[in-house]
Amino acid sequence: MTAIDPTLTVVPRARRPRDHARLHKNVSRGMLILYILFLLVPIYWLVNMSFKTNAEILSGVSLLPQDFTWHNYAVIFSDSTWYMGYVNSLIYVVLNTLISVTVALPAAYAFSRYSFMGDKHLFFWLLTNRMAPAAVFALPFFQLYSSVGLFDTHIAVALAHCLFNVPLAVWILEGFMRGVPKEVDETAYIDGHSFGGFFLKIFMPLIASGIGVAAFFCFMFSWVDLLISRTLTSVHVKTIGVAMTRTSSATGLDYGVLAAAGVLTIIPGALVIWFVRNYIAKGFALGRV
Amino acid sequence: MLKTQNNKAWFLVLPVLLLVGFSAILPLMTVVNYAFNDTFGNNAFFWVGLEWFRDVIRSERMHDALQRQLIFSAIILAIEIPLGIAIALTLPKRGVWASLTLVLLALPLLIPWNVVGTIWQLFTRIDIGLLGSTLAALGVDFNLGRDAIDAWATLIVMDVWHWTSLVTLLCYAGLQSIPEAYYQAGRIDQASRWAVFRYIELPKMQGVLLIAVLLRFMDSFMIYTEPFVVTGGGPGSTTTFLSVDLVKMAIGQFDLGPAAAFSLMYFLVILLISWVFYTVMTNLDQEKEEVPE
Repeated sequence: MTAIDPTLTVVPRARRPRDHARLHKNVSRGMLILYILFLLVPIYWLVNMSFKTNAEILSGVSLLPQDFTWHNYAVIFSDSTWYMGYVNSLIYVVLNTLISVTVALPAAYAFSRYSFMGDKHLFFWLLTNRMAPAAVFALPFFQLYSSVGLFDTHIAVALAHCLFNVPLAVWILEGFMRGVPKEVDETAYIDGHSFGGFFLKIFMPLIASGIGVAAFFCFMFSWVDLLISRTLTSVHVKTIGVAMTRTSSATGLDYGVLAAAGVLTIIPGALVIWFVRNYIAKGFALGRV
Repeated sequence: MLKTQNNKAWFLVLPVLLLVGFSAILPLMTVVNYAFNDTFGNNAFFWVGLEWFRDVIRSERMHDALQRQLIFSAIILAIEIPLGIAIALTLPKRGVWASLTLVLLALPLLIPWNVVGTIWQLFTRIDIGLLGSTLAALGVDFNLGRDAIDAWATLIVMDVWHWTSLVTLLCYAGLQSIPEAYYQAGRIDQASRWAVFRYIELPKMQGVLLIAVLLRFMDSFMIYTEPFVVTGGGPGSTTTFLSVDLVKMAIGQFDLGPAAAFSLMYFLVILLISWVFYTVMTNLDQEKEEVPE
């Protein structure tokens, strides 16, 4: 995509014109805009559908709702199964993100700084836990959490999602921590910081972007999974996944409500990325100690 | 980086070990139990040894599903990794636009997978979908329920739509961690854009790229919900990937024994390929570190 400059040293400065750079910038900006349009069109279609009546959805294609209606959203906000589905899902997702990042931080530090017995095997074993298809684990999870009396609680789903989120958080954090020079740690210890003080006050701010990214991914993978959360809950904790299956009934799929529910599932995540974007964007300040 | 030898580091890893051990090892033992036993319910099992495994290995159906799965994952990686890197390089580095594009990029990632499937199923319908009707208006004979190539194209475009942003976000985070001084050094050397990418940006992105490749490989290899919703594995069984087949076997036919044997082998295949990726990429990493800079 970039114009490959065939010369590293030969071409004199005058022949590397500003126009060239500007052209390159415009091309890459154009590419980005095209890509974002590609991302947004299906979402636009979902939003568009959520404001249509079912009759209009099924009658053909129209770029804007002809018969604009809030009915689909009204259904969701007036029915406690629907809106409590969102609340319940948010509770276990937030719990999971907190647990995952908290336990992953010290582990990632250990992997990035120390070599210890079996470290490489352990690191790889952690990752293997992300490799088991969720469908495989649904039934065993149900048996396990029933037997320890956690079935149908938020914490059960939060713990179950740790299976794939903790390894991921360790991996992401380890990558970011490896980028922080070890001299940072050593200087801090020489300055008389304890491990805890150093970790919280100096090290964590340095990898803030990594923590943000890890938290975002934990949130995301916990939020989008509906299979395990549905398996582990029944009466007290009805999740959004359960609510969504109600859109298909004997009379066919309630497309409008399903679209509205889909639109609403995007919002919490969009808020989280908006909150995290500063951490991603900031990068980390090298040599801050 | 030279690491300090210190076995006390185990204490830092212990919480993760306990947590993941609880969630992984016990359920895995259940699966193993099913794989080697037959049951008529009531928790009464009898040992059948490797019989289920023999059945699964010999089954034509499993071979075909595995082949489809490998092709699918290969196509996904070949498209999403380069595209993700390219998009990450075009992102504005700071300012309001940077924030806004990040949020927009992340949107597809945050949609629950069954909703993703529903969106694309509706989006590509010829009668009521925007894409389907546009293609029909352009005279393209598009029918993902009948034409295997259309079904594959839809699934691939959907996955690119859904997941390329993951690669982009990881690469972008990696790019952000490159100190400005490196770029200055590049400018002083009058390095070309390509040279800056090859010798400054790519090495610094290696860590996050490893994560991106592995994640995309594993998730595309385990893809279930989206093809199930969009194509239902069809037309025929042309888009019946491993997970779709597995769930059919375990829940549709309730063949728990073969399904458990199937899932253990499925798991081993993912493990093997991920291990290859991991070893190759960490070795590249070490070779680079041995060269004095």
